[in-house]
Amino acid sequence: MSIKSGIRKIRSSMVALTTSALIALPALAGTAMAGELVINTDSSFPAVKKAFQAAVTGFEQENPDIEVTWNVFDNEAYKSAIRNFLSAESPDLATWFAGNRMLPYVNAGLFAPIDDVWAENGLDKTLKAAESAVTFNGTKWAVPYTYYQWGVYYRKDLFAKFGIEVPTTWEEFKAAGAKLQENGITPVAIGTRFPWTAAGWFDYLNLRTNGYDFHMAVTRGEIPWTDDRIRKTMGHWAELLKAGFFLENHAAYSWQEALPALVNGDAGMYLMGNFIVAPLQEAGLTDDQLGFFQFPVIDPTIAMAEDAPANTLHLAAGARNVAEAKKFLAYIARADVQTMMNEIMGQLPVNAQSSVADDPYLQAGFKMLSNVDGGLAQFFDRDAPAEMAKAGMEGFQEFMVKPERLDKILARLEMVRKRQTQ
Amino acid sequence: MSYVTRVWQDHKAAITPWLFLLPGILMFAIYIVIPIFQSIAISFYRWDGLGEKTFIGWENYRELMRDDIFFTALQNNVIWLVLYLLALPAGLLLALFLNQTTRGIRIYKSLFFFPFVISQVVVGLVFSWFYDPSFGLFNTALMKIGLSPIAVLADERYVTYGVIIAGLWPQIAYCMILYLTGLNAVDGEQIEAARLDNVRGWRMLWYVILPQLRPATFIALVVTVIGALRSFDLISIMTGGGPWGSSQVLAYYMYEQAFSEYGFRMGYGAAIAVVLFAIMLIYIGFFLAKMYRDEKGR
Repeated sequence: MSIKSGIRKIRSSMVALTTSALIALPALAGTAMAGELVINTDSSFPAVKKAFQAAVTGFEQENPDIEVTWNVFDNEAYKSAIRNFLSAESPDLATWFAGNRMLPYVNAGLFAPIDDVWAENGLDKTLKAAESAVTFNGTKWAVPYTYYQWGVYYRKDLFAKFGIEVPTTWEEFKAAGAKLQENGITPVAIGTRFPWTAAGWFDYLNLRTNGYDFHMAVTRGEIPWTDDRIRKTMGHWAELLKAGFFLENHAAYSWQEALPALVNGDAGMYLMGNFIVAPLQEAGLTDDQLGFFQFPVIDPTIAMAEDAPANTLHLAAGARNVAEAKKFLAYIARADVQTMMNEIMGQLPVNAQSSVADDPYLQAGFKMLSNVDGGLAQFFDRDAPAEMAKAGMEGFQEFMVKPERLDKILARLEMVRKRQTQ
Repeated sequence: MSYVTRVWQDHKAAITPWLFLLPGILMFAIYIVIPIFQSIAISFYRWDGLGEKTFIGWENYRELMRDDIFFTALQNNVIWLVLYLLALPAGLLLALFLNQTTRGIRIYKSLFFFPFVISQVVVGLVFSWFYDPSFGLFNTALMKIGLSPIAVLADERYVTYGVIIAGLWPQIAYCMILYLTGLNAVDGEQIEAARLDNVRGWRMLWYVILPQLRPATFIALVVTVIGALRSFDLISIMTGGGPWGSSQVLAYYMYEQAFSEYGFRMGYGAAIAVVLFAIMLIYIGFFLAKMYRDEKGR
């Protein structure tokens, strides 16, 4: 392109800009009267983006007088962007996570309470599964629109080949692992380079050893890390470590990099959230090869509790279109909307009246979560305050490689806890 | 004549340089000097970046003194500094080797310079694969010669060295290019004269070439030390400070405490920044003193 034509191009685009601004001006004034709604979401993953697209389109069809501006952020970038946009130029609604993760924004007065939305729409009945996770000081702070189960994903075909039954108790679980080892298979695949995966094991071992209430008290920082009950949990973990249950060099891999072990049949099980299914299927595992089971019972006197992290939609304190925003919150809480969105995302709807997609893993997860008596945790890094979460996850990673340092690790975590509760 | 114009007329020579300096001084003040003082101020507060700041005096610094990871980071920074200096002799060696006139030498030179041109992120990724315990080249080679594989980036004993080696790769290339330009300026007559006196080999290098390369060495030293102290990209890509904080350095630890997903401890991050600044200050002081002496000596 010659310089001259380049300049001409710039000039013509400037003209276009000014004219479009002239046209846009009255248009803007027009929509302001009709009602606007600004939603920021962290839905850059294709399936999640598609689900939100469908939700927004559906809402606009039902409410033609409301114009929705929907901003999609990259998932990782969103985590720092939300701090800026909530305090500077606030949208009306923003996606975030339930549990302790929302507290910094609640405490800073950046999220607004939505008790009225819950009361008017009877959400305490339909969204009961995640109610406690979005309640703080007796006030509701979000509408949960999706969640997913955690559990053990395993190689059904390998279990069948070596005559291993799906383990339901701790002894059976250890026996199943031993049987796999006899046949040259590592029982459990895991990648702890990003150490949150190790926290999944802590969550489950602690939930099964000491129960939901105790586990939540630990994540809230009410129990010293040097408590004997935590030592008991770590003791169960040490049994597996001593027996060489986990993939070698797991600290060198991310959770994705540990997947080939399961796909190639070098490992038999993987404790993970349901999002593990999609990459495993893409890697070629069929439903005949891949199965799901609930994390086995350790202490039969303790009610079963599960990790089931929920994603949430929050009303920003700086929202300008509060009425429209609350309308959208009520909309996204609805059974039919959650059915539709979660079918696209491949996750579980929170609304009890929604139906679950026809998928063996989702159905299994739904059945499991419907029968939970103990309670639903949000996952360690959402239940514990950020600093404690980070120290905890690094401590668990270190413990998995150097179990003999348990005392030192627990002492360090206790120091962090004390500072946090000061 | 108005007062202003009179002052201008009388002091034109004195005012003009300041006028030219003004934009630079303003930028420097806004983006460098003022933030330094702000950081120092924030380091005395507890602040999550959202809510109210709470003044806590020296508490952040007291916590640093009890923080194992901080001392790991400090120690790693020293290791980085010392090992990074290897880039100087290695770069010199390469420069001497490439400083010849063969066919296609420019291609070789650019190939050797290549690691410096590609992004540090790419360097980090390439070395992550290189060290991968299951399919990496490093461990494949180890197994070929009958050794058991080492997960370099997952082992607290080796991880820092593994990352430094990745960092040395581009740094050596950088020093090499500095020395290559330096070698261009070496006086041929002095070499001739030395040859006539039957000087060759190491003595030629040590007594004739190296003294003439002093400016290049000085610049190479400066960029290498700064490169070592601000090492960040590679750690972020290759280890994230792990396993369990054993490959932390101050720059990354500061970022992690202040801005990462589980951080937002602005005060504590600022305190780490102040310590890093103090360390750099020692070095910068030494650097300025040397510059001053050199200028004066001329």
